[in-house]
Amino acid sequence: MSTASLVSQLVDTFKAQGRIVIVGASLGGLRAAEALRKKGFRGQLTIIGDEPHEPYDRPPLSKQVLKGWVPADHTKLPRLRPVDADWRLGVAAVGLDRSNRQVLLANGEKVDYDRLLIATGTRARPWFNPEQAALKGLFTVRTCDDAAKLAAALRERPRRVLIVGSGFVGSEIASVCRDLDLPVTVAERGKAPLVGALGGVIGDIAAKMQIDAGVDLRTGVAVQRLDGDADGHVRAARLSDGTVLEVDVVVASLGSIRNVEWLEGAQLASGFWGVACDAGCRAFDINGVVTDNIFVAGDVARAPHVLYEYEFMSQEHWDNAVFGAEVAANNMISLEMGRRPHLPLPSFWSGQFGVNIKSVGVCSFGDEIVFTQGSITQRRFAAAYGYRGRIVGAVTFNHGKWLPYYASLIEQSAPFPPPPPGYDRPAIFEPMPARFPDPREPTAIPDVVLTGHDPTSRGAEFRPRSR
Amino acid sequence: MRLVVDLNKCQGYAQCVPLAPDVLQLVGEEALAYDPNPDDSQRQRVLRAAASCPVQAIILEVDPPADRDTK
Amino acid sequence: MDAETAWAEAMKFENRPNPYPYFEQLRKTPVAKVADKTYVVTGYPELLALAHDPRISSDISRSPSGFGGDKPEPEPGSEHMQAYGREASIIVSDPPDHDRARRQVMRHFGPPHSPDLMPSMEPLVVQLANDLLDKVKARGNSRFDVVEDFAYRIPVAVICKILGVPVEDEPMFHAWIFDFMMGTDLGPEGSTAEGRALAEKGRASTAALLAYLGDLVQRYSKTPGEALLSKLLHDDGPDGPMSVKETTSNAMLLLVAGHDSTVNTITNCVMTLLRNPGSWDLVRHRPELIPRTIEEVQRLQSAVQFFPSRSATADIEIGGTVIPAGSAVHLIYAAANRDPRRFDNPDRFDPLREDNEHFGWGSGIHTCMGGPLARLEVNLALEIFVRRVESPKLVVDPPPYRHNQVFRGPRHLWVDFAAIAD
Repeated sequence: MSTASLVSQLVDTFKAQGRIVIVGASLGGLRAAEALRKKGFRGQLTIIGDEPHEPYDRPPLSKQVLKGWVPADHTKLPRLRPVDADWRLGVAAVGLDRSNRQVLLANGEKVDYDRLLIATGTRARPWFNPEQAALKGLFTVRTCDDAAKLAAALRERPRRVLIVGSGFVGSEIASVCRDLDLPVTVAERGKAPLVGALGGVIGDIAAKMQIDAGVDLRTGVAVQRLDGDADGHVRAARLSDGTVLEVDVVVASLGSIRNVEWLEGAQLASGFWGVACDAGCRAFDINGVVTDNIFVAGDVARAPHVLYEYEFMSQEHWDNAVFGAEVAANNMISLEMGRRPHLPLPSFWSGQFGVNIKSVGVCSFGDEIVFTQGSITQRRFAAAYGYRGRIVGAVTFNHGKWLPYYASLIEQSAPFPPPPPGYDRPAIFEPMPARFPDPREPTAIPDVVLTGHDPTSRGAEFRPRSR
Repeated sequence: MRLVVDLNKCQGYAQCVPLAPDVLQLVGEEALAYDPNPDDSQRQRVLRAAASCPVQAIILEVDPPADRDTK
Repeated sequence: MDAETAWAEAMKFENRPNPYPYFEQLRKTPVAKVADKTYVVTGYPELLALAHDPRISSDISRSPSGFGGDKPEPEPGSEHMQAYGREASIIVSDPPDHDRARRQVMRHFGPPHSPDLMPSMEPLVVQLANDLLDKVKARGNSRFDVVEDFAYRIPVAVICKILGVPVEDEPMFHAWIFDFMMGTDLGPEGSTAEGRALAEKGRASTAALLAYLGDLVQRYSKTPGEALLSKLLHDDGPDGPMSVKETTSNAMLLLVAGHDSTVNTITNCVMTLLRNPGSWDLVRHRPELIPRTIEEVQRLQSAVQFFPSRSATADIEIGGTVIPAGSAVHLIYAAANRDPRRFDNPDRFDPLREDNEHFGWGSGIHTCMGGPLARLEVNLALEIFVRRVESPKLVVDPPPYRHNQVFRGPRHLWVDFAAIAD
């Protein structure tokens, strides 16, 4: 028998009888399971999730759920097909034994695998002081349980809401507070909201958007302490500029922590930025050698992207979870010629203050920005980001129908600035510095983070903030 | 029934909203918000809305698959 | 067959029932020059790209020769197509004016400000559809014309109600619109003696329609009413009121678009279902498939086949060629909708087709404003038709077609039936 036919038999046998374990039961885990079944995997499938809920849709949690339109537990994800899996919900994975090919669960059980998909995602960074973190009225927003509690707290009409951190989620929550006509203060360490992902030029526009909507925006300011009352409920916040705010609800929007602690000791390339894998979702071990049977997808993954000089990228984007899951599933049941790369063009959206902000590419890879279409004052525009004469990202504010055009320019590494449009040119039409923050400056961790070493870029590496 | 909208694909055409206004809403002139788990009485309207999307961004589950019970 | 010939053939009246073999010929070069300053785009990815390209203008005044081809004097039909309103209507404008005007109209037409207007038309549509079938039943014979006896009445009543155009005047403006449609011929027959005569008549009727609508708008300007045209004139929203002239142009756009294309879509749906054995029974048993059926019919038959307003404002490299700045660029939705690179078995009617991202309603910022309203009308009309008309059969296939290449549809669709249920 030839090698080729032996190998082909191996693949068929695995597809029929193999055991696949997916650790992570949210969007990525679900879509991977569905993709495996769609591609003909008939073996055993086990899905492990630490939350007790069926996979659900997170984006509505900071928008229509908080507004009170949709209950937090009415966000279950549609199923594309039956997955015929053994679901272990409400139990966390706490360890990985690679020699015996087992996942260790919090309840002491061990789950055997032939191939493993790590899709454990992220969790909200908790309040830095454990004592204050126990105060009632202090929330993070990641899970539907969080969102249900915060929605209930907002319904009580608090005197003032304090949102710590003005990334996308923090800004969206501030927007909902204003829709509910609640007084809200946003405390942001950086110079402006959204600067990590979109730079200071857009950050200034975002700041004005918040202020115009009645947000009490404080930039360059940290929250040093939260004080509670006798009932253990938060009532005041002390800011680094000396002011004291009376607040009844505090939302800590401090970014995410990748759920990699359970992999300690497993000798994978896992750390602060997630689990490193190749562009085919195969995990690297700690030495940088690709493994055979361990795959990674979603928020927890970081992988090299050819469009961005092979720098490793970590994306907390919906698309990344869906496409990564599909590619991982494909590659888990294929050999070399059947494997596909996961090379997403990063895309995200955020709905806030009546504006639909959409972006494509890695804007923070750029150092220049040019407004190409529309009007800044009207908050209806398109802007492109450039790096060394090439377009690397684009953002639109209520101008989303034009974004596919910029996406195609980015995919082709087209020149920056892009060709002028035939109409509706903005008043300021020249490229300008995009003003991304110095990585040493404290700010929100951007959703897309370039890690790895590029000798010609500004900073050697993004270092984790320590408090 | 269940739905999720791929808001990356969505460009805000809003062809869907008037066909199922209790389930899909425009927030401002372009951002879409939706009820992920609407009542079954919305079924035909949601089907009309999903068919109308020029970029097919609305992903539907009209009837649950046989293995829905995960516990 | 070269591109110029294929295009001319596709435009000929004799090929109106089926221009698609010529579109297929054209698609060999998905971006093809068909006249000195005119390019037609028939490929799916190429059309998608150009519909989102801000170097493509829809401002008719920037197009080299209005709607016609490249001729020393204005092409018959081009002048009065340009006069599709003395002031540019939304369909022939660019941002920022386009965006502002569309927002102003949408404010009283759809979401976010008026999300319930279109849904509120449901009872009227249902009542009309049922009344029309009751009338057919009462006549006692077993044949009717889907166009005249069913499809036409519904969208006209709805758009008149929404705009505030008196539906009693319908016979008058129906005749004008008919002449206007007859008088725009972008093919070789347009330059014949008969073609020129029709164009002349079309110009006169367009002027009459514009005058009629201008009067109506003027009256609303002085005496506010409840419907959309009046609201536009007196709006106190963030973009303010719309001028009398611009309101008149957009009134014409909405009146024509709001009934002609919808009529054609209803007719195309019945025709397509009856042409494809098994399809009629399928949707009769599974009316939940009607929404996807309508989209598939729009893909296959595309009530608006293309809209010849666009031009390139810069050289654009696409589809293996460069469109020179200043060229007219016709995005042929009907052709791209059958591109085998995008749609498997593109000529096949498949109501269960997945990922049916077609261009039947346009693409990009000019995507049909009335799309949700049209779909509501077609969905309801078709549901009622399918439920009540028993054992329908096409009498003549292909049916006689309307003259217009852009707004293509059957002039009559005779159907024999066994009975009309209550």
